[in-house]
Amino acid sequence: MRTAAPFARLAGMFASALLLGWSPLGAAVDASTLANLGDAHGVAPCASCHGADGAGQAAAGFPRLAGLNGAYLRKQLDDFASGARENAVMKPIATALDADERKAISDYYAKLPIPAVLAKPATENSKDDSPGALLATRGRWSQQVPGCEQCHGPGGVGVGEHFPPLAGQSDVYIRNQLKAWKQGTRHNDPLDLMKHLSAALSDNDIDEVSAWFAAQPLSARGATP
Amino acid sequence: MKLRPFGSVPGPRLLALGVTAVLGACSGKPVGGLPATAASAPLPHPSSVSHASSAAAASSADDAANAARKTAFVPPAESTIPEGPYGDMVRLGRAIFTHTRENAGAYVGNGLNCSNCHLDAGRLADSAPLWAAWGMYPAYRKKNKHVNSYGERLQGCFMYSMNGKAPPLDSKELIALETYSYWMAKGAPAGTKLPGAGYPDLPKPAQAPDFARGKTVFESHCALCHGADGQGQKVAGAYVFPPLWGPDSFNWGAGMHSVDTAAGFIKANMPFSRGGSLSDQDAWDVAMYMDGHERPQDPRFTGNVAATRKAFHDNPNSPYGTEVNGHLLGSQPMKK
Ligand code: HEC
Ligand code: HEC
Repeated sequence: MRTAAPFARLAGMFASALLLGWSPLGAAVDASTLANLGDAHGVAPCASCHGADGAGQAAAGFPRLAGLNGAYLRKQLDDFASGARENAVMKPIATALDADERKAISDYYAKLPIPAVLAKPATENSKDDSPGALLATRGRWSQQVPGCEQCHGPGGVGVGEHFPPLAGQSDVYIRNQLKAWKQGTRHNDPLDLMKHLSAALSDNDIDEVSAWFAAQPLSARGATP
Repeated sequence: MKLRPFGSVPGPRLLALGVTAVLGACSGKPVGGLPATAASAPLPHPSSVSHASSAAAASSADDAANAARKTAFVPPAESTIPEGPYGDMVRLGRAIFTHTRENAGAYVGNGLNCSNCHLDAGRLADSAPLWAAWGMYPAYRKKNKHVNSYGERLQGCFMYSMNGKAPPLDSKELIALETYSYWMAKGAPAGTKLPGAGYPDLPKPAQAPDFARGKTVFESHCALCHGADGQGQKVAGAYVFPPLWGPDSFNWGAGMHSVDTAAGFIKANMPFSRGGSLSDQDAWDVAMYMDGHERPQDPRFTGNVAATRKAFHDNPNSPYGTEVNGHLLGSQPMKK
């Protein structure tokens, strides 16, 4: 299981952290230690939920972090801390990290290679004219909903720092986000872009479009430059 | 030269402008056989129920801007494109329309797709939809002073908006685009300007459109997608968000370089998915900002900016050949 990082490696890193003078009361913890061991203020290792390789855990709705844009990741941590993105799990974690740590851990995950396991999605890609595919590629303009690809890039690979990739995220996670916008618990999107279009989507739309993106291979259509 | 004051716009501006000739403006006039505008006769529409359910999120400005949309002609569903050679041509037309360089590369000189200005693959009311343009040709156009076929009108889009070359009238590319338009207009009355045609005419702004105010609007509402420098954003070499000026954008002969056309498009359709949310003044100002930047030269350039302005852009809505933000527009056109 990719979330259970080899204990020996973790122990080794922990030991070297101590040797390098890392103290429980010391200021910034280095990013890789934080990711894999957590910190002394009780922040659980990111890897325990997001996976040692940053691929996330599909069934639990823990998102992939590896290879996401660093500025986007930092914004999300800031938003968890401020409450603009309400989440009981991530709020205490984000709040416990200071600005330098948020930046360091974001850069760390941005630089992690895209886990090979995500190149081949677990689910079959649905047909081009399935409801999910149509929403993703064409949208529903009678309700001012563009195709998701028009902002998130072809196949949902992501565009720059503001438009995160959807490919490589699980259907559970994508669905949770669309519902969070619909319910108003995630309200951190610039210009209310996601709030607006989520409001126009039915539960069935959300299931369909989430499944479509979860079935997109991550590397097939190119990556964000 | 300074941009002349607004308010003295000549009447037949639609015909005088480039890209949007018939596609220009929505008069909102009820047309026989079609529902009138929402204001005079609200009609139930397939989408209005769910639209209402999201009304909490939608402002009244959204609703006003979308009045034409709710009552406009509804083109046939794409699932009804038939099998066989005719359907194949419709599909090719759609592919050219949405991925123009990929499918008609020989005639494209910039980074745009037709569908950047004609949203929803040319189907959206108030976004110069093809179903409303098809039935308006042949038509006399002041832009080239003769009666144009629909094919010639499309050639104009390639020369100006796409900063490229005109595909021959009997080329596969033009025939595919005509077939796609014809298919989309099935059931729409011909020879009459339909509600939702072109881009809406915005009332004149209280204050003359202003580059500096427009910059503020741009930074807060447009840069997210189009980039701080207006040059769009690419993935794997292809634009996801189009460049608004500069070498990869439409040229000085395109209709969108006219501030009134741009303001109408922006008000109805921008920010992307949030059409109707900008105030009229903001739409005018940010249109001025967009059109106050250099772009590729007008292909009809006579060798002299002032003479070119006089010949083709003698219109208060065209910033070409005027000084904006300390720069004479058209004097340093962008080249690839
Ligand atoms: C106990 C499990 C858990 C731990 C530990 C954890 N996370 Fe999370 N994380 C989550 C969950 C669950 C979400 C999704 C929240 C939601 O649905 O909005 C999430 C979301 C995120 C996101 C948003 C990603 C996106 O695509 O928007 C970021 C960034 C993030 N976590 C970073 C971290 C970092 C950095 C750490 C370690 C310092 C960490 N997480 C530790 C469970 C965890
Ligand atoms: C008009 C542009 C636009 C369109 C169209 C769009 N999105 Fe988004 N989306 C955004 C932006 C901007 C964000 C980032 C919000 C933030 O900064 O937290 C986002 C974020 C998301 C996220 C959160 C990803 C993460 O890592 O947490 C999901 C899921 C998502 N969008 C799904 C969709 C789906 C599904 C569609 C189509 C139905 C869609 N989006 C269409 C702009 C758009």
